[in-house]
Amino acid sequence: MQDDDKMNEKGSGLSRRTFLKVSGISLSVPLVMGHRVIKVSGAEVKVFGPGKVPIQLTINGKNLSAQVEPRVTLLDALRNELDLTGAKRVCDRATCGSCTVIIDGKAVYACAVLAIEAQGKSITTVEGLMQGENLHPVQQAFIDNDAQQCGFCTPGFVVACKAFLDKNPNPTPEQVKKGLGGNLCRCGTYMGVRAAVAQAAQKGGRRNG
Amino acid sequence: MAEYKWPDADKRTFIGKRISRIDGPQKVSGRAKYSSDVNRPGMLFGKIVRSPHAHAKVKSIDTSAIEKWPGVKAIHVIAEPGTELYWAGASVVALAAVDEPTAEDAMQAVKVEYEVLPHLVIDTDTKSAGEFAKQATENKTGDPDKGFSEAEVTIEGNYGLPMITHCCLEPHGSVMEWDGDNVVAHLSTQAVSGSVALIARPLEIPATSVRVQQDHIGGGFGSKFGPDEWDITAARLSKKAGGKPVKMFNPRDAELMVAGARPSDYARVKIGLKKDGTITAWESQSWGTGGIGGGGSPPIPYIFNVPNQRKQHTNIVNHVGSARAWRAPNHPQAAAITMTALEDAAAALNMDPYDFFLKNIELTGQRAQIYSDELKIAADLIDWKKDWHSRGDKTPGHMKRGLGLSIHTWGGLGHASDCDLTIQPDGSVELKMGTQDLGTGTRTALDIIVADTLGIPMNAVKISIGDSRFPTSGGSGGSTTIGGISASSRRASLDALDQIFAKAAPALDAKPEDLEAVSGTIRVKSNPSKSLTWAQACSKLGATPLTVRGKNPGPGSLTNQGVGGAQMADVSVDIETGIVRINKIVAVQDCGLIIDLKTAESQVYGALIMGVCYALYEEKIMDAKTGRMLNPNMEFYKLAGIGDIGELKVHMMTGKGYDERGVIGLGEPPVVSPGAVISNAVANAIGVRVPYLPLTPDRVLEALEKKGGNNARI
Repeated sequence: MQDDDKMNEKGSGLSRRTFLKVSGISLSVPLVMGHRVIKVSGAEVKVFGPGKVPIQLTINGKNLSAQVEPRVTLLDALRNELDLTGAKRVCDRATCGSCTVIIDGKAVYACAVLAIEAQGKSITTVEGLMQGENLHPVQQAFIDNDAQQCGFCTPGFVVACKAFLDKNPNPTPEQVKKGLGGNLCRCGTYMGVRAAVAQAAQKGGRRNG
Repeated sequence: MAEYKWPDADKRTFIGKRISRIDGPQKVSGRAKYSSDVNRPGMLFGKIVRSPHAHAKVKSIDTSAIEKWPGVKAIHVIAEPGTELYWAGASVVALAAVDEPTAEDAMQAVKVEYEVLPHLVIDTDTKSAGEFAKQATENKTGDPDKGFSEAEVTIEGNYGLPMITHCCLEPHGSVMEWDGDNVVAHLSTQAVSGSVALIARPLEIPATSVRVQQDHIGGGFGSKFGPDEWDITAARLSKKAGGKPVKMFNPRDAELMVAGARPSDYARVKIGLKKDGTITAWESQSWGTGGIGGGGSPPIPYIFNVPNQRKQHTNIVNHVGSARAWRAPNHPQAAAITMTALEDAAAALNMDPYDFFLKNIELTGQRAQIYSDELKIAADLIDWKKDWHSRGDKTPGHMKRGLGLSIHTWGGLGHASDCDLTIQPDGSVELKMGTQDLGTGTRTALDIIVADTLGIPMNAVKISIGDSRFPTSGGSGGSTTIGGISASSRRASLDALDQIFAKAAPALDAKPEDLEAVSGTIRVKSNPSKSLTWAQACSKLGATPLTVRGKNPGPGSLTNQGVGGAQMADVSVDIETGIVRINKIVAVQDCGLIIDLKTAESQVYGALIMGVCYALYEEKIMDAKTGRMLNPNMEFYKLAGIGDIGELKVHMMTGKGYDERGVIGLGEPPVVSPGAVISNAVANAIGVRVPYLPLTPDRVLEALEKKGGNNARI
């Protein structure tokens, strides 16, 4: 790719983030057409792009399609292509957790995953936590304990809490401090989040799946 | 004619109770739409090419490479050649493209040549600032020479805190749509009503053609009284692109570089004292910066009106992204300098600072009694008398524990606010107001007030805010919102109820003034069995809805200003690593009549956490050589996480003696003291003052090594 060549020529620091955005290299991506195969360190890898490629994502149990360049993150695909704006773009480099989604049962920063890499996986966003009009116990606990002010970190925090409680149904306060340390809030809602986790754990944060 | 006052405690249904915020379900489900969530058909993405130099003149701009790109739909030069730029990150050229990757590529292809000019970004001393340092005239109160000559003990110390940023999680920006002759602005703003004219003026269109909409805002803290230049630019790009909407939100690095900063402030302080703790004199040389516009002027000595003072402040004008109001402007700096110097004074006298503060409490003026009461409650909550020790934890080992205290104040008078309350003949109720909910719970407070006044359930009231087409209400800054919006909505509700009473009275065979609205009914006070349901009463309106305008200021005494707060912190410091851990912070705060106890407490908890952030972590680190911010990202511009805040305890001063004052704003005051209480607790723990915030491990270790911070670097 021309961009890569230019970067290499310059020898300038290709940041992890830039690399993630420009490379578009993936070892196993189903369902995508139009790739090339090149050799990297002796291994054959598929190269997609640099133009737009069709992708299919399984989000909240639905199959959704979009056309994105390989460098587009899952977060940007959700927000800009699929109008799923619950996950927020804040740090855009895997620090703050505002874009947290669940991929195959694991809490993941959607800004640090390429959309093409998320294909074939089960993605749950905050929009998928409600069952009909019923709030998930974690969501209800966030309301009851006022674990939100401006609310911009809240969707990411809610998703992170859900994933955390799925793995730790009865966490200790110390486990909460460590397990939810990957989500930052500027208004300062952590006391409410701690109380919300305690409430949701008691009521069974796992109940709705 | 209604009597404009708040209901007595035994008549309140919702006011002052713990009510969950009404937009909670939207926020936890991701359904709440922030301005940056707005997606419009055909929407373009705007990007800005920014100056890499702290001080430069634009020599030339070449956009020819992208002018024929099919994906680039509009280009706008913000800084024409010849324009001087005063900070790294200043806007130069803007463009709008069909998607973000295209816009990012296009940015890289724009060529800008600069004439680089000398810059200054460091503010650590006034001498090296040279011509950029503007010294104010000396400010004298009483007779400082006499005050110091009467002193039995004199202490001197250095104190201060650096520039920090707002770091709103939702960056500044907007979706701007130039629709025919009209501009629709989905702006992230603390001032929905107030932004209209400011958008119209530079675009040279009538303000009546501008509409500002915002359902939710992802943080402001004083930095979003926009529109900003980039919002105006987005509108221009939209016009150039034939009216396609343009989304323009700052990337995180620009957000931290240019979208707001709290001014730094540093001071060398000298205090004269009697051995019994009487303060006789204060002297300070202080300086700080807020970028090219200069910094603030923190009121030191803070709260304690020392009788004899000599003060000189120097404003450093430099090339850092400009300052903006930051939650409680000037007060956190003033507290971080004054309350620490006073704690050092107490330590020099070997006095408990709690006793020292009370000894001098009359110097605080009219709120002396409130501060005394609050300090006592805080001391009980943190076991001050049991756990406080004289300076330096003498217990063996590398973990040292200490306690610190501080007090603070704020005004918080309600701003101007209009609202329209409409009651339909079917009994449905809607309140419209051009205000905004910053996460403080403004929507919820309005619902509480209207429902409480009309005697109906909260879910029977529709609250419509966040649109400039609604009646004008003030910007949310300086803790002025709750006073303004509570007063105007209460007046509207009382006036509307008067009219409902007048309509219902004949059917109840009573006089309007003999009626009351309770539990969804309009009933006769002396005979509650004579009643109409709310809907029956409203049906007496006939076919015409009733709309009443509520205003603030207005008749009656519903709001007030002036609050006091006291805070105490308990910390542990590892003297081998220099790491400070918060064990506990307590906050005791008054704010007059509380509308929603739950969201009020949340604001205080939030302020304590924001305080932990700036006490321990936050700093806008500038590189002297390049003039750039070194940490414009969230890995290195650090905020506290859920495990960093210790245990927090909030006590609201409420009930008799407080409620009668009326409603007073709460957002600012509790964020004032945390820097001081944490610094004081650290000094108490390790035995020496760490002079400058944030209390990072390197600063703590340096203070320990130098046996005190007076020679420490900033």
